[in-house]
Amino acid sequence: MTIALSQFDEVRLDHVSRDFGALNALRDINLTIRRREFIALLGPSGCGKSTTLNCIAGLLPVTGGAIWLDKSRVDTLRPEERGFGMVFQNYALFPHLNVRQNIGFGLKMRGTPKAEMERKVDEALRLVRLQGQENKLPGQLSGGQQQRVAIARAIVIEPPLVLMDEPLSNLDAKLRLEMRAEIRRIHNELGATTIYVTHDQDEALSLADRIVVLRDGVIRQVGTPKELYEAPAHLDVADFMGFRNKLKGRVLSHENGRAVIDVEGAKVSGIAREKLAVGAPAFAAIRPDDLVAGEPGPNALAVTVDTIEYRGREFVGTARSAGGLDFVFRSHLAVEPGAAIHLRAGDERILVFAEPA
Amino acid sequence: MHQALVPTIIHGPSLRQRLAARGFDSVTLLVLPAAIFSLCLFVYPFAFGLVLSFEPKSGGWLANYERFFADSFLYETIAKTLWLAVPVTLLNLVLAVPVAFRVRLMRHQRLLTTILVLPITLGTVLVAEGLLNYLGPQGWLNRTLMTFGLISQPLKLVHNYWGVFASLVITGFPFTFLLTLSYVTGIDPALEQAAATLGASASQRFRHIYLPLLMPGFAITFCLSFVQAFSVFPSAVLLGAPAGPTRVISIAAYQAAFEEYDYSMASAIAMIMGFVQLAIVVGVLASRGLFYRGPASGAKG
Repeated sequence: MTIALSQFDEVRLDHVSRDFGALNALRDINLTIRRREFIALLGPSGCGKSTTLNCIAGLLPVTGGAIWLDKSRVDTLRPEERGFGMVFQNYALFPHLNVRQNIGFGLKMRGTPKAEMERKVDEALRLVRLQGQENKLPGQLSGGQQQRVAIARAIVIEPPLVLMDEPLSNLDAKLRLEMRAEIRRIHNELGATTIYVTHDQDEALSLADRIVVLRDGVIRQVGTPKELYEAPAHLDVADFMGFRNKLKGRVLSHENGRAVIDVEGAKVSGIAREKLAVGAPAFAAIRPDDLVAGEPGPNALAVTVDTIEYRGREFVGTARSAGGLDFVFRSHLAVEPGAAIHLRAGDERILVFAEPA
Repeated sequence: MHQALVPTIIHGPSLRQRLAARGFDSVTLLVLPAAIFSLCLFVYPFAFGLVLSFEPKSGGWLANYERFFADSFLYETIAKTLWLAVPVTLLNLVLAVPVAFRVRLMRHQRLLTTILVLPITLGTVLVAEGLLNYLGPQGWLNRTLMTFGLISQPLKLVHNYWGVFASLVITGFPFTFLLTLSYVTGIDPALEQAAATLGASASQRFRHIYLPLLMPGFAITFCLSFVQAFSVFPSAVLLGAPAGPTRVISIAAYQAAFEEYDYSMASAIAMIMGFVQLAIVVGVLASRGLFYRGPASGAKG
């Protein structure tokens, strides 16, 4: 393999912040990225994930803190001096250069000898499976091919860090899945340390070694996909991890890691994920998969079915309680809209969170 | 028997459908006023002038052209006009590019653009009058320079080449700038960022990314600015030396028409002026073929 990896141990964000006037886009970000790791920055739009990426790339100066590559400080360097490879949301391919010239651009700027450059570009073309397309202009390529060129262009310079800014958001659903697998394959083959920004939890879960969930410029939780999926630390992280039912209630009791809350007069008990004060507002979070139509009883709430969608293997329904709570549930049986049913979930499948500040 | 009941359609699409398929429909009629306008006010006068230029007061049908290219006082006006118009246009373009690159990043773009555009609205005559006062032997500039002892004699800046040059730069710059700005802002800023992350320094980004993408726009800007500068008349008379170094081609045409009352000769000069402009414009536009001319954004998006 001719595309080698830069030797380093870690990239460290040390109390990084970024203000836009009075707006704190990033506040006190601390994060260490180890070599060969694939990190996903996950969060809703405006949470600061792209700002983080641009600060690391050098496209935005940080207003506080420092970024370290092992022992050397990089946040004071210009982007061209950092040598991080970046894949842009709209790919930002140079429209006047053909595929080969686009991929070779970074090497040319470095003054790489021609023979070596050709060899590396060939290797990158092979890696992203674009052999035979070398002489086309970006405008003649499909979205997926442009994406491949953008990736090849970023990795051919052998950067210590590859930064990807929502690279799949411009592709259609089928191509997105395909390119997701491609990114995974290229990462496996090359082992390039990658920071990947996305708002899609499926992408983050399937690609990343670790996920960083951001909200309002603050890191909410860092963990492996499994940790985040099974044990989100906050309500907004749970929301991102597919807990679409968030039932507001009042804490009745909280002991031994279990909490019982009162939701519209019904007792709902689950696993407490945060510190809860008796009598304070709290939320029970439940995934649609875990909410089943059933009999009245513990953890069951009376609802009226609103809509039912056919999804092949199952039905996905929405329902509403008398108190105005909205529910999303899955069902193997077709339920008629307007039907009065009970929805319930097991104690182990319910997480209880404090009200977010 | 029953075959007769089946209606047979033998005619193809109607004339209207066939025309519409080629892009002609009732909306096409909206082009008509513009077409009539250009026919009456451009094509007819041009054709009239062309014919007139071949009907000289005396001599054969090419007599006007023969006279123009035989008389150095006449044919030298081409070189004199080019010697003004080409450097002025190039200077304006060279000035406009850095300003446009800076303004692109500014938030109060509109205010600055308004200030820069003001000279257009003033008109060439007002600017010429102003410059006569400002740059003249007793003007502010010379008085200031002499007060500070930087010069002992007033600089001669009007009634010569440099007076016209300055006036053309002032009136031509806003136009060149606005066109340049629109081309510069039309380039996706992500391209520059991408180049930067790939290790390109600011000058490399300009040379390898901006310049090739801007060349076609610069060519158009050059042509439009050049045509304006080439037809210089008021400032060449007011600020220049209309009998000497700034005897531009439009002065020659004016003199033929209104001092010699030879409309045929004047038409011939106007035709020559037109063909010189056309040759330059065609030459510059043809060179665009050497550059990439597609959209200057990164992708289909």
